[in-house]
Amino acid sequence: MDGYAVRAEALEKRYGEKRALDSFDLEVREGTVHGLLGPNGAGKTTAVRILSTLIRLDGGSATVAGLDVVRQAREVRARIGLTGQYAAVDEVLTGRQNLEMFGRLFHLGGRRARLRAAELLEQFDLTDAADKGVGKYSGGMRRRLDLAASMILAPAVLFLDEPTTGLDPRSRGEVWQSVRALVAGGTTVLLTTQYLEEADRLASRITVIDQGRAIADDTPDGLKNLVGGDRIEVVVAERSDIPQVVKVVARVTDGEPEADETELRVHAPVTDRVTALTEVARTLQDEGVRVEDIGLRRPSLDDVFLRLTGHRTEKEAAA
Amino acid sequence: MSATDLSTPSSRSGTYWLLADCWNIVRRGLTHYQRQPVNIAWQLGFPILSVLLYGYVFGSAMTVPGGGDYKDFLMPGMFVMTMAFGFINTATVVVHDSTKGVIDRFRSMPMASSAVVAGRGVTDLIVACAELAIMMLTALAMGWRPDGGFGFLAAFGLLLWLRFALIWIGVWLGLLVPNPEAAGGLFAVAFPLTMISSIFVAPQLMPDWLGWVAAWNPISSTAAASRELFGTPVGGGDSWVEQHALLMAGVWPVVLTAIFLPLAVRRFRKLSR
Repeated sequence: MDGYAVRAEALEKRYGEKRALDSFDLEVREGTVHGLLGPNGAGKTTAVRILSTLIRLDGGSATVAGLDVVRQAREVRARIGLTGQYAAVDEVLTGRQNLEMFGRLFHLGGRRARLRAAELLEQFDLTDAADKGVGKYSGGMRRRLDLAASMILAPAVLFLDEPTTGLDPRSRGEVWQSVRALVAGGTTVLLTTQYLEEADRLASRITVIDQGRAIADDTPDGLKNLVGGDRIEVVVAERSDIPQVVKVVARVTDGEPEADETELRVHAPVTDRVTALTEVARTLQDEGVRVEDIGLRRPSLDDVFLRLTGHRTEKEAAA
Repeated sequence: MSATDLSTPSSRSGTYWLLADCWNIVRRGLTHYQRQPVNIAWQLGFPILSVLLYGYVFGSAMTVPGGGDYKDFLMPGMFVMTMAFGFINTATVVVHDSTKGVIDRFRSMPMASSAVVAGRGVTDLIVACAELAIMMLTALAMGWRPDGGFGFLAAFGLLLWLRFALIWIGVWLGLLVPNPEAAGGLFAVAFPLTMISSIFVAPQLMPDWLGWVAAWNPISSTAAASRELFGTPVGGGDSWVEQHALLMAGVWPVVLTAIFLPLAVRRFRKLSR
């Protein structure tokens, strides 16, 4: 497998006039979590659907676990797991019935399917809810059952398509924990997400995708350096206060403050986040500047996009 | 990481796994009914209500051309209607599975993908047997007295034969409609299509052009043929299609399958585009 669990070269996928993937390249090292980061409609899901053999590619080539996704589709399917928006579990069956059914469909046979189901329910902390209908599960429980169903054959490569979209922060944390445990067990994970934070927390390498093309491939730190890490942001009530705020922010932080005259906003990169925030707030209060809002902002996917492409993500542009 | 041996046996043949996969999909379908038994009641609600309504409320006002008991005319018609509405059940399950991602999960697994559709079909036929049994018991309780023996079994077979053909319309529609809500609207289409037939009223009693349409409705042939086979051939017409009901009850499902099976397969293949 030459050290790569996933290798895609010049992938093409067209839907009518629209190019969902346009000469898309991707390399995922074995035993790592690789993030595929991009806004809605960037081509993340299309890439995952091609790599998991669900749809045919129009051009280029791809291997998963060293096997060609077109010519050896069946062999690929025995070595992958797929979880996310588009691969679901049965809502009517119980968690246990789901895992046993998928186990039998993975050709484990009845006895081993039952054993494996019990094992996975335990591993994903679902034993208590095992015999409840999935329709009664919380969002986080369903995603964990989804993950469990993808892990029945202990696949070499796991595709996680936006695993935490629509989940509350607590459930999101639960899913992240499960993913980390899987990687510790040796599974390679390709994770698609719209959240820089999620990719940062889980992935050791991130590919940024925009309009069907890979526009960056870097470590999370590399990407964050590109956009400059956390920033402090002050919004004032009067435009005339801006020069004074710039002076204060420059004194406290180590970077060059930027001022936005129309939005009455001053922002600057910070390293010692909390000290900078309290220091700026206190100084401004002492000097009697009327502050509308003050806070710390983590770099978002949008910041990455702005830096890499010069345009905002489409969702932001529409808003 | 796992205590269970996860190696899959490769010694078995492809046909073995196709059948095993198919059976596992059937098990899933039947478990659904076991977990939600009320679904059978929903599916039978309309036919049973119709039997009561037409049998007792309108029954005395209904006439059968050429004489005969209206019950003998109505009951086989009700069995046909139960089969005919079956395609809505097929479509509803298929649209759920395809929009909620269950079919995609199956397709991402090393199983036989044709088992997904074949398993659905076998499940529907098993459920159809149960539905027919319940409907027939209801009819017997209301005083319907068919001939037993071979004719009875043949009628049962013809009813299932019609249901088999409608599986493919159901799968095709299930993959065609965009969401489960739209599948609910299929009833509005199915209702008039089953009414303009010989299920409740003999086509001879309708205006000429409508009677012609009703007589040529595929489900009319199954209704007329099963009336004959149950030993109560009442209300038959003189037109060619009504005179050859047995033949046409065999032919119509072949025609429907020949049209809709390829359409369903094409839709299924389109999922990988």
